[in-house]
Amino acid sequence: MSTPYYVSPDQIRQDKEDFVRRGIAQAKEVVVLEYRDGLLMVAENPRKTIYKISEIYDRIALAAAGRIAEYEALRVAGIRESEIKGFRYYREDVTAKWLTNLYSQHMGAVAQAWDAKPLEIELLVCEVGMVGAETSSGLQGNQIYHIAFDGIYSEEEKYAVIGGRATEITEILEQHYTDGLEMSAALRLVTETFQAVEADVDTDDDYEITPHTIEVACLEQGTERRKFRRLSTEEVTDLLS
Amino acid sequence: MLDLSDYGTSNFFQILKRRHPDLLATLNSSDGVSNTPVTESSFRHYEGTTVLAVVYDGGVVMAGDRQATEGYQVGERRIQKVYPVDRHSAIAVAGAAGPCIEMAKLFQVEVEFYEKTEGMSLSLEGQANFLSHLVRSNLALAMQGLIVLPLFAGYDLKRQRGRIFKYDAVGGRYEEDDYYAIGSGGKDARTTLKKRYNSGITRQDALEIVAEALWDAADEDIATGGPDLIRKIFPILYTITEEGVSDIPEATVEALYQELISRL
Repeated sequence: MSTPYYVSPDQIRQDKEDFVRRGIAQAKEVVVLEYRDGLLMVAENPRKTIYKISEIYDRIALAAAGRIAEYEALRVAGIRESEIKGFRYYREDVTAKWLTNLYSQHMGAVAQAWDAKPLEIELLVCEVGMVGAETSSGLQGNQIYHIAFDGIYSEEEKYAVIGGRATEITEILEQHYTDGLEMSAALRLVTETFQAVEADVDTDDDYEITPHTIEVACLEQGTERRKFRRLSTEEVTDLLS
Repeated sequence: MLDLSDYGTSNFFQILKRRHPDLLATLNSSDGVSNTPVTESSFRHYEGTTVLAVVYDGGVVMAGDRQATEGYQVGERRIQKVYPVDRHSAIAVAGAAGPCIEMAKLFQVEVEFYEKTEGMSLSLEGQANFLSHLVRSNLALAMQGLIVLPLFAGYDLKRQRGRIFKYDAVGGRYEEDDYYAIGSGGKDARTTLKKRYNSGITRQDALEIVAEALWDAADEDIATGGPDLIRKIFPILYTITEEGVSDIPEATVEALYQELISRL
């Protein structure tokens, strides 16, 4: 007969948090920030076809850090549930807040299960606001939700960062971010921040942030129904030059 | 809880078919009724109606008569055919009274349930689309003659105007810009509305032409009840604006009809 044992809930939570923190610490960062025409999403990602930023629905995008296999399933489930909801009701009824709750409940349940390993991921669910949202109370503005591995989420304003060095990057953005940036200026701010953090960490390694080492997408206010747009390496090069 | 089991299925139709068959138009024998259409229902039920909606500058009026008929008999004199749904929308129903009222009730609960669980109200167009699924789910009964046809109207807060949606028996949803009337007296009411309607009319104009359209419908259609001056039964009118849904007091409706009668 096995001996029953007791582990305090505090200890269990701490263990899981430490476990995830170690995993996330290695994850490359994704930054989402508000610019003049919407939300710009930039990830440090040298890979050509494996994305960390993806389109979910008309105005909604998902940015993820951590294990790809773990957020990939969530990405697809988010698309599916959004499409079902939009089909049942109306496209405008699919919101980032709703999707955030959905992800949060799932991630929370997994993190609390005694026999499962918590998901080693962090998510940013972003929704671009409607034109005129600043002046009319009936219209929603830009929204960024940050979901931690245990499903606890927070609403972020202007910018948000996930990944291993999120704290350092946030500190730099706090100093340099200004409202109403043009897309090129916003992109430059992020690449310079990435570069600064890289330089800080690897002093002897001259790793350089170039258009080939980042993934860029935006949710842009405009007349098109689908606001998500992925920027090609050429476009990124143009914007940074 | 998020179900991750559908990963790898890129066929949206298959997902709906398996998980949400209610969103697809199908008619199963498991619905408990035969698939053979009938032209006349074999048992008696209340029907016959005129309900209508008219857009005016700043809102929309929705109204309906009060009579339900059973064959050539008056079944009910005070029936309600227009129901507020949330703060900015209302539904009016025409068809077999029982299933009609049931659908209006269910629809109202669904919209409220959504609002409370999501923490935000379902958009007007979201409500209109959802209603279309409800109508379609009644297809089997409709084929047995128990048809439910709603008219849906509301004030769209995002677009800042009144909007009207009509439906067909299989759930098809169509938007009307200015006005619409359905039910056995719908065509008669529409004739009046067509002659009297101008875009950009005021609330008072809208109330007057609604009263007149219902009068003409009752005049031509035996299944539509007119104002009953002896029993003091008058059509029910609601206005829907940015401020919300409000019913027009009976005294005001009576005054509208007294004024209309004095002009005849």
